[in-house]
Amino acid sequence: MTDKQMTGSEILVKVLQDLGVDVIFGYPGGAVLPIYDALCQQNSLRHILVRQEGAAVHAAEGYARSTGKVGVVLVTSGPGATNCVTGLADAWMDSVPVVCLTGQVPTHLIGNDAFQEADTVGITRPCTKHNYLVKDVGDLARIIREAFLVAASGRPGPVVVDLPKDVVTAAAAYTRPSSPMQHPSYNPRLKGDHERISEAVDLLAGARQPLIYAGGGIINSGPAASQLLTNLVNMTGIPTTLTLMGLGALPASNRNFIGMVGMHGSLEANMCMHDCDVMLCVGARFDDRVTGRTDAFSPDSHKIHIDIDASSINKNIHVDVPIIGDCGYVLEHFIKLWKSRQARCDGDALDRWWTRIDEWRQRKSFSYKPSDTLIKPQLALEVLNRHTSGRDDVYITTEVGQHQMWAAQFLHFEKPNHWMTSGGLGTMGYGLPAALGVQIAHPDALVIDVAGEASILMNMQEMSTLAQYRLPVKAFILNNRWMGMVRQWQEFFFGGRYSESYMDSLPDFVKLAEAYGAVGLRATTPDELEAVVEEMIATPRAVIADIVVDPDENVYPMIPAGAAHNQVTMSPDEEVVLDQAHREEGMVLV
Amino acid sequence: MPVDEKKNVSARKATIAVLVDNEPGVLARVVGLFSGRGYNIDSLTVNEVDASAGLSRITIVTSGTEMVIVQILAQLQRIVPVHRVCDFVTQGLHVERELALVKVASSGDKRVEALRIADIFRARVVDSTIGSFVFEITGSLDKISAFVDLMRPLGLVDVSRTGVAAISRGPDPI
Ligand SMILES: Cc1cc2nc3c(=O)[nH]c(=O)nc-3n(C[C@H](O)[C@H](O)[C@H](O)COP(=O)(O)OP(=O)(O)OC[C@H]3O[C@@H](n4cnc5c(N)ncnc54)[C@H](O)[C@@H]3O)c2cc1C
Ligand SMILES: Cc1ncc(C[n+]2csc(CCOP(=O)(O)OP(=O)(O)O)c2C)c(N)n1
Repeated sequence: MTDKQMTGSEILVKVLQDLGVDVIFGYPGGAVLPIYDALCQQNSLRHILVRQEGAAVHAAEGYARSTGKVGVVLVTSGPGATNCVTGLADAWMDSVPVVCLTGQVPTHLIGNDAFQEADTVGITRPCTKHNYLVKDVGDLARIIREAFLVAASGRPGPVVVDLPKDVVTAAAAYTRPSSPMQHPSYNPRLKGDHERISEAVDLLAGARQPLIYAGGGIINSGPAASQLLTNLVNMTGIPTTLTLMGLGALPASNRNFIGMVGMHGSLEANMCMHDCDVMLCVGARFDDRVTGRTDAFSPDSHKIHIDIDASSINKNIHVDVPIIGDCGYVLEHFIKLWKSRQARCDGDALDRWWTRIDEWRQRKSFSYKPSDTLIKPQLALEVLNRHTSGRDDVYITTEVGQHQMWAAQFLHFEKPNHWMTSGGLGTMGYGLPAALGVQIAHPDALVIDVAGEASILMNMQEMSTLAQYRLPVKAFILNNRWMGMVRQWQEFFFGGRYSESYMDSLPDFVKLAEAYGAVGLRATTPDELEAVVEEMIATPRAVIADIVVDPDENVYPMIPAGAAHNQVTMSPDEEVVLDQAHREEGMVLV
Repeated sequence: MPVDEKKNVSARKATIAVLVDNEPGVLARVVGLFSGRGYNIDSLTVNEVDASAGLSRITIVTSGTEMVIVQILAQLQRIVPVHRVCDFVTQGLHVERELALVKVASSGDKRVEALRIADIFRARVVDSTIGSFVFEITGSLDKISAFVDLMRPLGLVDVSRTGVAAISRGPDPI
């Protein structure tokens, strides 16, 4: 079909179809009415009507992260667009490919403080990978294609396309391009420098206490990269830790997996970080939640860093061998070289290293004190894990807080793309809409939002969307009646002055579920837990499971902000003594 | 080693050329990057340099530790409509020039002295009234600053500086 005159809205719909988009998460309004009019006159693009635009972006994130495809959002101008800002910032921090189409007032009104006008491009510039204001319908098709290219390639991220109303009503000829798009300036580097990779192979082969530290970049690269990572780990026998964003990149059951690293990571992972002599970082960005005190971070190691984004390298931590490229490409080449050189780490040294690691492991840093009367949040997750492991159609999302950390510690991921959490921005309210997006992408899967009662209230309205589309999402609320993570910090760092962290006047979540046409379940004692989890999983409808947990439980282990990796607080009975300077330094950190 | 400016790692100056698509908002992307990430801008110039290709050139003078400068270059490279980024210090020899218009109002000896110094600095008079001159001066940052300092006691009224323009020496582009 070539050179037929079409309206901007029709062109938009056509391009989205050509790009293989099947779902849009959105909310209508004046500026996008022409687009909505075109949407309702076709069948291949499905529109999911959320209840608040912010949720549309999180849903698109969940969709994207669980499929590897671009998530698409459509909202109106002004408040529709500004409601999206949190989700865009979230996708930006966590490198999630999202294209957000925003309505805009007609071009001749831009700058006039017109009704529902906002400078969307200006507002979203610092929290998107790129954004566009389309001024001419003749540019529309190209810009949409470019937006998808930018969002999905290189280091993925959110892209906004702002669409003035007159542009989507104007007419233009539409031709489907025959060749894939080439961008004049945007050209992410995929292949790593071979000399560097060769250097890295030698360095790793010479290691006596090696460590692999992998992150979200592996997930971004795709399942093939996870497979390559797993191959490398199996071939070399090197202990491997993952970041919060990387969980699932290596099967949790792999015997070389030593747990999550960082502030609430396992003792063994953090001690390995501290004591290793060669660190291979793949697709992770030395986030401050991971490094702790940077001047005490892994002081004696040589560091190799594979990352597609040059700006991630040497940002927080100086590395010795930087390799810029897609971790899939680089790992493949790395493994080839490793094999052809018949490289291997010194076996005796590696054995001794593992002996030390096993000692750390034996301290069982995720252990907790069981209770007969109160449900420990960790127990709730252990039960959930028991009932979900062995199935490969389980997708977990989380909100933000203690429950998120416990989920990371106690749920085990065998595959990439099955764990959706807000890591970089830490956005409360992410989990429920993200689960919605995941369920849309995987209609028959078991999708569970592990939630805190405070977080889930931030996007509770999405229960209504679940009802409309009959999405059987499970909200598994670890209800401790506190903003638990805030309470924990107030207990540790602010003398137990619990300023505004108690969640008073909570709704009755069982009744709330029923009000939304979902099923409400509750467990208040350990002996009720098992049955509630079973029933939740067996219910073919949306469920809110209100798990009433010990209100005073804290997340351990914890490396307090400002502390080094070998200054881990393991349990309430044991406190790390920081000197005054580091304690103060820690106080100002978040 | 942590990347921490406070830890006495010495800062250096950098003159950076950025070749960008001449499209709306591109300057805001570059400037927003500097303000959003807390980098300094000591000087900034921008203009279209190739109308047929629609390219503009932004020249930025900044300062920071080596690691910060490298980070700035990487961050700039990440901006979608950026074609090329060049740090003149690491890319070898280059020429830097700035133009300033300097207004001086005085009479008698001071007026004569201002004119004499302008002559030494090869500054041109581009406007003259009974009581004032506007000088046009081109040169390195230091030269212009020196000239402005000398004009201060001689009735300096205002200065308008363009910011640094920079180009590499030799036959190659950038
Ligand atoms: C309450 C709370 C507590 C937290 N505690 C912890 C904790 O204890 N431990 C922890 O790990 N995190 C924790 N986090 C998360 C933390 O804030 C960061 O989000 C996380 O550590 C970053 O993960 P990452 O390094 O894998 O990077 P990501 O943010 O996933 O970034 C991916 C990196 O890979 C690169 N990349 C992308 N695509 C590719 C590709 N194709 N090839 C190569 N490279 C690529 C990117 O450029 C980037 O540098 C916590 C968050 C919250 C909210
Ligand atoms: C939008 C937003 N506001 C505030 C915060 C700060 N914050 C982090 S965790 C937390 C408490 C979360 O409480 P809850 O959801 O009940 O989870 P819990 O920690 O109790 O498991 C708060 C307020 C945040 N991360 N996001």
